Amino acid sequence: MSTEYQLVCGMEVHAELKTASKMFCGCKNDPFHAEKPNTHTCPVCLGMPGGLPVANRTAIEWTIKLGLALNCKINLFSHFDRKNYFYPDLPKGYQISQYDQPFCYDGVLETDAGAVRIRRIHLEEDTAKLLHKTVDGKKVSLVDFNRSSVPLIEIVTEPDIISPEHAKAYGKTLRQIMRFLDIADCDMEQGGMRLEANVSIRPVGQTELPNYKVELKNINSFRFLEKAVAYEMERQACELNEGKTPIQETRGWNDNKGETFSQRVKEDAEDYRYFPDPDLPPLRFTAEQIEQWRAELPELPAALKQRWQEMYGIDTKYADVLSEEKEGASWADQLFAAAQKAQLNPNAVANAVVNKKVTAAVGDSVQQVLAAFTALHQTANVDEAELQHTIDAVIAENGDAAAQYKAGKVQILGFFMGQVQRKLGKKLDAQLVKTALEKSLS
Amino acid sequence: MLQTLTLADLLGKLKRKEISHKELYADLAQSYQQNDKLNIFLTFNPQAETESAELSDKALLGIPLAIKDNFCTTDIRTTASSTVLDAFVPQYDSTVTRKLKEAGAVIQGKTNMDAWAHGSSTETSQYGRTLNPRNPEHLPGGSSGGSAAAVAADMAIAAIGSETAGSIRQPSAWCGTVGLKPTYGRVSRYGVVSMASSTDSPGPITKTVEDSALLLNYIAGHDPYDGTSSQTPVDDYTKALGQSIKGMKIGVIYMDIPGLAEVKHLFEPQLKVFEELGAHVEYVQAMDPNHAIGVYTVVQRSEVSSNLARYDGVRYGNDRSFFGDEAKRRIMLGTYTLSKGYADKYYVLAQKVRTLFLEDFAKLFKTYDLLVSLTSPGFAKKIGASESSAMFGELEDMLVEPSSITGLPGLNVPCYHDPKTNLYLGMNIMAPMWHESRMISAGDAFEKHTNWNPWRAQ
Repeated sequence: MSTEYQLVCGMEVHAELKTASKMFCGCKNDPFHAEKPNTHTCPVCLGMPGGLPVANRTAIEWTIKLGLALNCKINLFSHFDRKNYFYPDLPKGYQISQYDQPFCYDGVLETDAGAVRIRRIHLEEDTAKLLHKTVDGKKVSLVDFNRSSVPLIEIVTEPDIISPEHAKAYGKTLRQIMRFLDIADCDMEQGGMRLEANVSIRPVGQTELPNYKVELKNINSFRFLEKAVAYEMERQACELNEGKTPIQETRGWNDNKGETFSQRVKEDAEDYRYFPDPDLPPLRFTAEQIEQWRAELPELPAALKQRWQEMYGIDTKYADVLSEEKEGASWADQLFAAAQKAQLNPNAVANAVVNKKVTAAVGDSVQQVLAAFTALHQTANVDEAELQHTIDAVIAENGDAAAQYKAGKVQILGFFMGQVQRKLGKKLDAQLVKTALEKSLS
Repeated sequence: MLQTLTLADLLGKLKRKEISHKELYADLAQSYQQNDKLNIFLTFNPQAETESAELSDKALLGIPLAIKDNFCTTDIRTTASSTVLDAFVPQYDSTVTRKLKEAGAVIQGKTNMDAWAHGSSTETSQYGRTLNPRNPEHLPGGSSGGSAAAVAADMAIAAIGSETAGSIRQPSAWCGTVGLKPTYGRVSRYGVVSMASSTDSPGPITKTVEDSALLLNYIAGHDPYDGTSSQTPVDDYTKALGQSIKGMKIGVIYMDIPGLAEVKHLFEPQLKVFEELGAHVEYVQAMDPNHAIGVYTVVQRSEVSSNLARYDGVRYGNDRSFFGDEAKRRIMLGTYTLSKGYADKYYVLAQKVRTLFLEDFAKLFKTYDLLVSLTSPGFAKKIGASESSAMFGELEDMLVEPSSITGLPGLNVPCYHDPKTNLYLGMNIMAPMWHESRMISAGDAFEKHTNWNPWRAQ
């Protein structure tokens, strides 16, 4: 008898903030569009002697706003810490990060697949980028500091994720919120958003956390994340069933093979010798300041969808699609308002747009879209008695079909609708005809 | 002999066109001959005279200054006296040197120091020790030993140093110069090779208190490039000169420290000078400075271990094997005190004791306008003295460490001269944070009322 397992998974997501300048210096924050390597640099982000960091206010404000959007508590006293370790992409020999006093903690993010508690959100600086190349026949490692000290937020969850789909839903919802806040582009291909999942499994019913965890890293799409978590669950179940404990390690995803692979085995917990960065004074916020930032938050997807439901009766399935991107959502919002004003059914318009019955792209004039929609649904007024008379006639002429409908072949209703419209010689509101037909046929 | 002029006198003569830059540089060039013996300058700026000539319309009229070699200077090699940076030529200026240049000063050269500012003797310099110009059998103190020696030897009109705990005041005491350590955050640290970030304070080393006040006016102030620099308004420090100190309450501290016996009787009579000037002088108990050694050692080593991590061999040409013994000792100790399981025991505890010192000074400054002590427990030590003691600097700097770890400003003024050895004792005048003007008034009054300052006595 094989044991049934359940997933225990928490995520760490890094995202680069799209502030104009870097986290601790005035250099341009645009690592992906720089013309050449090492052009957006200065003594500070190069870690030169005497270079000193000065914190980017906007980055701090955005981090706290994300925390508020994720229902976090905010530390009114906070500071930056040094995380000491050596790596060629880290010019100072330490990364400025936050250790025991992150800006945000104890939040929760609701997703379609369930809630995920947020443990903490902190702000740090990104590292430089290493490029391993062959130059003049020699294998060399090059360093590009354009990314060095770009503001980077890290969002850490509790191990609340219960399925691969849940992991994907969490990542997508988080990205959507960051895009709504307009604080991060979250370009996964280029590493503007990086996903890490800590995956382990335990027998169903067990409540304590497993004594191991596998870190899935360097995954650059939500689809790969979902696949990798699913694969890991299988792999770990095999190991556990053989009486082994999966080793503590970092694994990556190979999509060609459809499997995870070992990248690095962690033997000891590293000691980063964290201590408060003496170059950066501690930060104090007032409750009023936090409330002001809360008031400045834009309408977020969940609230937007609820409002659409209440004001316009938009179905969740359409709302989900139309609210995915911030720009699209605000366009759809205008579209619904205009539809309502024109006494059209906004949900029908949403349906038409989502199902591409009308060709509409974000940014198109909403009036044009509504005109197309109206053309699509041009209906004539019809006298109720006349309609009923026509329906009765059509049913009488098509006794066989009526019998088939009654026997359960409901899709034949379409045939009747066509017949009724033809007989009347008018294009009618389909819903109206459908309801009347259903009533007469039953 | 123009190099023996004070900064104030030189500015006056240049302004009145009584002398020319050419004459000044000719005299300086003469004085530079001492460098072979004293090892004060690591690098001279060959362009200095040319640069001076172009700046005669600026406030500082192109006067040359000696700069400690831990200040980054555009196109002039900056080593912090470590061969790790042997080939490092910065492409940027520290805020201090930038401000001085903008005011019309010229960098004449870069002075020797303890490597990475680790020490109180210049003996940890990887370019050889500096000798005390007052008596070359003795050390100049450190870490800004080269800057103090440059002034004492009249190889510079004035100099810039930096202090983490004693590094401006102690060499000034040993060389018989004036050294002003400003409040932490008063003068920008940007572009100064970091030693202990939470206490590093750049400041002037000069011939007179007046010269220190003059230079402080140009370097003090908020710097957007240094997050720890303060927005507190800056005084015109020259206005504190020539002021009466009548009615001031001066507390004398650290008089009961063992080891002071040798010099206590020489120092005590000097305190009467303040009484003659109308101040009230009282002996008062302050928190034992011995505790400051522990606090400073732990905090400073911790910060050093992290601050020196950037010299990892990837850049600057020379790798970590070029670090000297003292730097290695400090990196190891600091790495230890920050490690898991030890950080609470050492680093966190040290920060708590630091708070006790802050509270103690706050209490004292409720009663006293200024606090005064000896700067160093004795005269300049003989050469080689630091080599037998890994804690040499900490013991030498014990009397200034409490004010350093609490960010207070302090001023060293010469307060005794031994005619037999030609060596000096220095007095450390401490003020509450941001009250540099007050200690300048007291130091200036003391200097003008006594004959200890060799340039005033002339």
